[in-house]
Amino acid sequence: MTATTTLPAIELKSVGKTFRVSGGILGKDRRVVAVDGVSFAVPPGGVLGVVGESGCGKSTLARLILGLLTPDSGDIAVEGQRIVDMDRKARARLIQPVFQDPFSSLNPLTRIRDIVAMPLQAQGSFSRAEIAKRVDEMLERVGLPGEMGNRLPAELSGGQRQRVAIARALVLRPRIVVCDEPTSALDVSVQAQILNLLAELRRDLGLTYLFISHNLAVVEHVASEVAVMYLGRIVEKKPTQALFHQPEHPYTKALLASVLTPEPGLGVPDVGLGDVMPDPANIPPGCRFHPRCPIAEPRCSTETPPLRPRPGGGVECLLVP
Amino acid sequence: MSALLDVERLEVGFGGRTSAVRGASLTVERGETHCLVGESGCGKSVTALAIMNLLARGGHRTAQRLTFQGEDLLKLDDRGMARLRGNAMAMIFQEPMTSLNPAYTIGSQMTEVMRRHKKVSQRVAIDRAADLLGQVGITAPGLRLGQFPHQLSGGLRQRVMIAMALMCEPQLLIADEPTTALDVTVQAQILRLLAQLQRDLGLGLLLITHDLGIVARIAHRVSVMYAGEVVESAATAQLFADPKHPYTQGLLRCVPVPGKQRQDEPLGSIPGTVPRIGPGFEGCGFRDRCTFADATCAHTVPHQTAAPGHDYLCRLAP
Ligand SMILES: Nc1ncnc2c1ncn2[C@@H]1O[C@H](COP(=O)(O)OP(=O)(O)OP(=O)(O)O)[C@@H](O)[C@H]1O
Ligand SMILES: Nc1ncnc2c1ncn2[C@@H]1O[C@H](COP(=O)(O)OP(=O)(O)O)[C@@H](O)[C@H]1O
Ligand code: SF4
Ligand code: SF4
Ligand SMILES: [Mg+2]
Ligand SMILES: [Mg+2]
Repeated sequence: MTATTTLPAIELKSVGKTFRVSGGILGKDRRVVAVDGVSFAVPPGGVLGVVGESGCGKSTLARLILGLLTPDSGDIAVEGQRIVDMDRKARARLIQPVFQDPFSSLNPLTRIRDIVAMPLQAQGSFSRAEIAKRVDEMLERVGLPGEMGNRLPAELSGGQRQRVAIARALVLRPRIVVCDEPTSALDVSVQAQILNLLAELRRDLGLTYLFISHNLAVVEHVASEVAVMYLGRIVEKKPTQALFHQPEHPYTKALLASVLTPEPGLGVPDVGLGDVMPDPANIPPGCRFHPRCPIAEPRCSTETPPLRPRPGGGVECLLVP
Repeated sequence: MSALLDVERLEVGFGGRTSAVRGASLTVERGETHCLVGESGCGKSVTALAIMNLLARGGHRTAQRLTFQGEDLLKLDDRGMARLRGNAMAMIFQEPMTSLNPAYTIGSQMTEVMRRHKKVSQRVAIDRAADLLGQVGITAPGLRLGQFPHQLSGGLRQRVMIAMALMCEPQLLIADEPTTALDVTVQAQILRLLAQLQRDLGLGLLLITHDLGIVARIAHRVSVMYAGEVVESAATAQLFADPKHPYTQGLLRCVPVPGKQRQDEPLGSIPGTVPRIGPGFEGCGFRDRCTFADATCAHTVPHQTAAPGHDYLCRLAP
């Protein structure tokens, strides 16, 4: 194997991103810490699942990796190249997004085939014939054959629209796809169709995924490794099996306890988190999870937990050895 | 004694084009949690709104029977219904901001509900509100009573909605996707709370959800809805162990269960999507997605009984 093939597909080193939010006429400006000192590497062909509550920084992380946001600190490399050094066209050929609501920002009068053609058009180097051929192939590949390409977004179901988003992401044959809640707006039956399609495409095309979801059962099904985010930090990261079977961080345990699998008779578990909600504009000192942690000790509110390395990742809690 | 809520052959149409509910029947007993489950657009919310007589303009309901505590809801006028709503029968919606008024504090909204229906002093109402906020797991209820809805997180607002629905000690609580907009952690906390309150207060709870995980964990009884019909109804354990309707079977195969599937194994799925059905539709609404469909499914679909209390709507033998 040559050195280039063993490069991580995605690599982050101490990446941070803070937003300044206006406090209104009277209020003070607030600094929202969205991503804070995040480091990890995803090997080629891997699927890194990212889970965590709303507002913990998952989408910000996705936008940083896609080069849509610039980090305040740290480095992001995709297949060994710093994402900030790449021009837009080169970036688009390498890494593409699939978002939850793909068409909210699109002209509703754009036909499906033109939506899928956009990334090819933007490259400026494909002939009309080549574009038409690739678009047809891709629509067929995602299960939208024939006249579907001539429809408008409003004429498609949610699942079909998500297929269009996938076709558009893959039409340039990228190496890496960042999926941000790709099935969260869908019914279970349609979610299953889309997850199966994503798995099949990854296998056939040798893709690497960053897969963001708040649904842990979905992540368990698709991911090879899982990162758990809390208030901008990755508090635990491990291979999927290890994370689900030997969770160590109290927050990971709470998240796993909240998964309601369809098993009658088990009841609803006590996740033990209380009613205090995390606020990214007001990160608690010490361990940022301490106001909600069911096993917090006094020192948790002053000491910052170090990273305890584990195979394939690590965990940040003062009470784990 | 008759059921707490008894709905028989409910039909809801919108302007002659959409048949949103087509002959749905269900009952909720005292002290029972009955879950109504199905994909989006199946008619779950419309069923709930029809029961509460809160259908949007253009919506029209008919039923063979619609009774609450033996009282015929079809015969009640608007005032009679207003007397029950928020009182003996209360409802919680998916998005709490649609039913909380942003201009009033939590405390004034909670006490207003109670004082509309009961002859109590403001003092008594405030005490009850604070007590209920505590019961739904809100720390510092005194502080929350003075706050406005936008000052609370989504999870707290949903807790407030539950507390508010309980102000007048309802017999029946209808909750339409009360946790769909929430994080999984908060969802688990809210559902645990609902289950606990349901038990402690002996409420009849009609819980609407599209999530089979929630159904399995909280329901005594389940009704599966598809294209405006209840296609299967059974006690929870029975439904999960021995689903009869092809739609129920398909739904159960779609849900990823940690530790159950191999990763490289595809999930089960149901091809296609929920159809839109207009008046005059005949036969099984599921037939264009059903792998067992044959010519007879376009005409007659029998109601069948698989076991006592386990009914389904399909031509296939039990
Ligand atoms: N452009 C922005 N300006 C200001 N604040 C922002 C911006 N983008 C994100 N934030 C804030 O950063 C934090 C992290 O947001 P992010 O969208 O990454 O969360 P998330 O984990 O994707 O949440 P969800 O599960 O709700 O999608 C939030 O507090 C959010 O409000
Ligand atoms: N106000 C309305 N006017 C017309 N059609 C409606 C209205 N409300 C709901 N419907 C239709 O009724 C059907 C059932 O909707 P609903 O009960 O909201 O589904 P769900 O099961 O997702 O709660 C859908 O086809 C929906 O589009
Ligand atoms: S460091 Fe303390 S507060 Fe943080 S997760 Fe560990 S035990 Fe809980
Ligand atoms: S009646 Fe026919 S189409 Fe409908 S569910 Fe049964 S077998 Fe399938
Ligand atoms: Mg997000
Ligand atoms: Mg609904």
